[in-house]
Amino acid sequence: MSDDLLRLSGAALAERLAAGDTSSVEATQAHLDRIAAVDGDVHAFLHVDAEGALAQAADVDRRRASGATLHRLAGVPIAVKDVVATAGLPTTAGSRLLAGWVPPYDATLITRLRAAGLPILGKTNMDEFAMGSSTEHSAFGPSHNPWDLDRTPGGSGGGSAAAVAAFEAPLAIGTDTGGSIRQPAAVTGTVGVKPTYGGVSRYGLIALASSLDQAGPVTRTVLDAAMLHELIGGHDPLDSTSIDAPVPALVDAVRDADVRGLRVGVVRELGGEGYQPGVRSRFDEAVGLLADAGAEVVEVSCPHFDYALAAYYLILPSEASSNLARFDAMRYGLRVVPETGAAGGVPSAEDVMLATRAAGFGAEAKRRIILGTYALSSGYYDAYYGSAQKVRTLISRDFEQAFTRVDVLVSPTAPTTAFRLGEKLDDPLAMYLNDVATIPANLAGVPGLSLPSGLAEEDGLPTALQVLAPATADDRLYRVGGALETMLLDRWGGPLLDRAPALTAQPQQVPA
Amino acid sequence: MSAPTAALTPADVAHLAGLARIDLTPAELDHLAPQLSVIVESVARVSEVADDEVPPTSHPLPVTNVFRDDVVRPGLSAEEALAAAPSVEQDRFSVPQILGEEA
Amino acid sequence: MISYDEALEHFEPVIGLEVHVELGTVSKMFCGCATTFGADPNSQVCPTCLGLPGSLPVMNGKAVESAIRIGLALGCDIAGWCRFARKNYFYPDMPKNFQTSQYDEPIAVEGSTEVVMPDGSTVRVDIERAHMEEDTGKSLHVGGATGRIHGASHSLVDYNRAGIPLVEIVTKPVIGPDLKAPEVARAYVAHLRELLLALGVSDVRMEQGSLRCDANVSLRPRSGGPQQPLGTRTETKNVNSLRSVERAVRHEICRQAEVLLAGGTITQETRHWHEDTGITTPGRSKEQAEDYRYFPEPDLVPVAPSTQWVEHLRQTLPEPPGLRRARLAGEWGFSELEMRDTVGAGALELVESTVASGAAPQAARKWWLSELSRRARAAGLELSELQVSPQQVAELQGLVDAGRVNDTLARQVLDGVLAGEGSPEQVVVARGLEVVSDDAALTEAVDQAIADHPDVAAKVREGKVAASGALIGAVMKQLRGQADAARVRELVLQRLS
Repeated sequence: MSDDLLRLSGAALAERLAAGDTSSVEATQAHLDRIAAVDGDVHAFLHVDAEGALAQAADVDRRRASGATLHRLAGVPIAVKDVVATAGLPTTAGSRLLAGWVPPYDATLITRLRAAGLPILGKTNMDEFAMGSSTEHSAFGPSHNPWDLDRTPGGSGGGSAAAVAAFEAPLAIGTDTGGSIRQPAAVTGTVGVKPTYGGVSRYGLIALASSLDQAGPVTRTVLDAAMLHELIGGHDPLDSTSIDAPVPALVDAVRDADVRGLRVGVVRELGGEGYQPGVRSRFDEAVGLLADAGAEVVEVSCPHFDYALAAYYLILPSEASSNLARFDAMRYGLRVVPETGAAGGVPSAEDVMLATRAAGFGAEAKRRIILGTYALSSGYYDAYYGSAQKVRTLISRDFEQAFTRVDVLVSPTAPTTAFRLGEKLDDPLAMYLNDVATIPANLAGVPGLSLPSGLAEEDGLPTALQVLAPATADDRLYRVGGALETMLLDRWGGPLLDRAPALTAQPQQVPA
Repeated sequence: MSAPTAALTPADVAHLAGLARIDLTPAELDHLAPQLSVIVESVARVSEVADDEVPPTSHPLPVTNVFRDDVVRPGLSAEEALAAAPSVEQDRFSVPQILGEEA
Repeated sequence: MISYDEALEHFEPVIGLEVHVELGTVSKMFCGCATTFGADPNSQVCPTCLGLPGSLPVMNGKAVESAIRIGLALGCDIAGWCRFARKNYFYPDMPKNFQTSQYDEPIAVEGSTEVVMPDGSTVRVDIERAHMEEDTGKSLHVGGATGRIHGASHSLVDYNRAGIPLVEIVTKPVIGPDLKAPEVARAYVAHLRELLLALGVSDVRMEQGSLRCDANVSLRPRSGGPQQPLGTRTETKNVNSLRSVERAVRHEICRQAEVLLAGGTITQETRHWHEDTGITTPGRSKEQAEDYRYFPEPDLVPVAPSTQWVEHLRQTLPEPPGLRRARLAGEWGFSELEMRDTVGAGALELVESTVASGAAPQAARKWWLSELSRRARAAGLELSELQVSPQQVAELQGLVDAGRVNDTLARQVLDGVLAGEGSPEQVVVARGLEVVSDDAALTEAVDQAIADHPDVAAKVREGKVAASGALIGAVMKQLRGQADAARVRELVLQRLS
């Protein structure tokens, strides 16, 4: 029964809760037990809040029993990427600089989760400050892909994706700056969505690249993603960049799932060389299914997408170098005091800043901060950051052009299936290539959804298809995603995750 | 405008690290310089297409004038604000000697 | 140190002023924290102004409005579209280690303002720009001898001030071969204070730091002519009063002149003014110049004030001081000299209020500029600090106009008011200072005087009218001065004709 509970989607669990077939405490405990059993191997979690989660669950059960009207997802436990501020729970962003930091406030999306009554199981692992595509740059050890524990679950939000793929949580929250929700979803056989920029409040998200970051749902089904997206989305007066308009009807779009007459554009530049054969085959088959269901499929060209990676790796490091300047040991976080100052004698504030940041940032963070400092520095701004922002305009125009001809764009989400731990650590550029298909959406601010498209025959690992829609037309993602998911489930005879190897229970301590 | 030549020396990296207040070891400087040069070279291609007629993107979505009313909203107590401070004295954040602006 | 006059023989000073105004908004620039001065340390903070990870800024609309009004009052063009930018550098009083400011897209540019000097002449000061930014926290330096940074062992930071809205106003270089640079600098800052007070955007208290001034000074040789390039300039900080502005500029001119005359060069640097010793000292020399790596602030959206909004705000501006003075001079029939004296005495508002309370303008002027100025000087007070209000002065003049007191009595009434005995009317009654206006009583006193001085009376009867003075005097003495001397004379002459 407990195993049964774990396999339920969030929506299905919510129905059971509403029907009184199970309680939130029971469901939450089942997931906590699962975490205890497998997280020693998966390492999806950096912090598990058993006490807090159970107390929140009990509270929901109480309210439900008293007849109060509850949110449809009330009582469904959720995991949260450790880049989101949660009052009272450590929030590390995967960095030594924030080890043990407990925020005195909640991110807006957390406030919404709490108000809706979703017990927060804990905080999930991530690449340090969300910089990475494998979770190997976490200061606290990598997460492991439940499909093959020797492989990465993608990044930067590998922890949330792994948690959901390993049935440690039915729902999770991630953040996506260049693909950090979608790419882990792709390599773990789960669903991940990056909303339109401004669609979900960034208040409380430890910032990486302010003009690119978005929080979004990490789930096993498209319907779950729609429900979670509707819950956390919407205007926030605390975020000047949040969209002042209601969230579109996403759940309705999933349920409707009608793609007849929908114009679908396959992006020429996102496919071809560099994309693994199995990834492309599954993608082509999935597109074929859409055509079978009545969609009109054409090829479109977005020529400036070839420059997207370059623009991204200028804009992100630049904004990040500024956002990460606050970690200086003066007000919170790690403080490393060297024995003597640079000039001999007592260490000054400067000496402490230099030493703390040297000890606290990992290699990838240092790399990007230096790169960003360079790109913004006097004499280089026009050539680098300035030019990158122009490329961004060109990419937005490519999208606009494309969307005059089609309603949605599709591509494989990631060029390869999950790679082995350590495989790309020494080659930053090779690592960056994992995001080549996801990055354009962040640059333009348009929404994107990734859902599983099958397993690659060469390695039996998950592949995925990405749907992209015009800004504020997030509902189109869910319409296409819903339709495709149903057809694929039908073809597979059941969820793809059923084919993931069973994780053997490990009677180990989980990080508390 | 074409990009400046991309090769970064360890000295360049040291200068940048100083601006970013990160004390890099000589080994790190030696290791980072070529890595960064390679990255810079590959990203420098943005200047190929970025001509003067293309306006830079200010924000992904074209919104202006987002203001709030001039009213007081409750914030943090001093206790909450200071809770995570590495060092506190007289309800203030205690920081090491600041090398000042006056000689 | 070379004398100022000697410095000016050889060199022409050029000054520029950067003034930071702390706006008097109720909440901070980017968050809802209170801005009250003097609150307990770190009690007016939140995730945003503390720069906690995950926090975001939201613009205070009132601050933007104030910035636009300041720009308009200074004759600036208001940008149709502008942004904030990040100025990146590390300092413990800056929670994010960048300051959210405006760089190449300020809200207001290209203005000018007329500064009236104490001697009545005017100097036009051109304004380069005015832009919005946020204030930093405040540090207490502990362990050193003087409480300053030098020699301190550590510092204690209070972030209450972090995030308070600032408007920075930058002048263009103020040049002129006969420029009285120190006086102009002071007058400009005083003028700015008056303007900002009139706008109601700040309490501009230099002693509390809500108005801060940095003075830029450079010299160029007199022989070079007006087309020559400007000299290297220094920037002097810690100028905390109007007096300091003048003294610091004067000192810096002398210091630079001495260096140049000795064949040296001026280093472009920031200097610190010391009010106690009257000198400037150089700031710590930095090995690398700061590279602020400005880029547009991605967490805020652009500010695009509509023409309607700007025009609406223009309507809310107080009358520009120069126009106001000209209008009042016309209304009151003051000569240029009379108006200049009034302004110079700091009595303009007082005279205006007195007139508004019913007094004739010339009468009001006379009260404030002679009698009251004399008393203020004697007591070592500003005119506005005297314990008499414009309304009371008008009331007093009203008593004179009605013939109820004469000038001498009026001064005694004034004594009473200043002593806190009440309103002019109350003092007149309490002290019995009203003139006797009843003819019967006057005639009685006149008859008494005539009786007391028969020989004088005889002379008047003979036609020696001038002699009546003694009789008038006698009557006034009888009545303790409480009579209208002119009426008394009439009656005396009548009686003796």
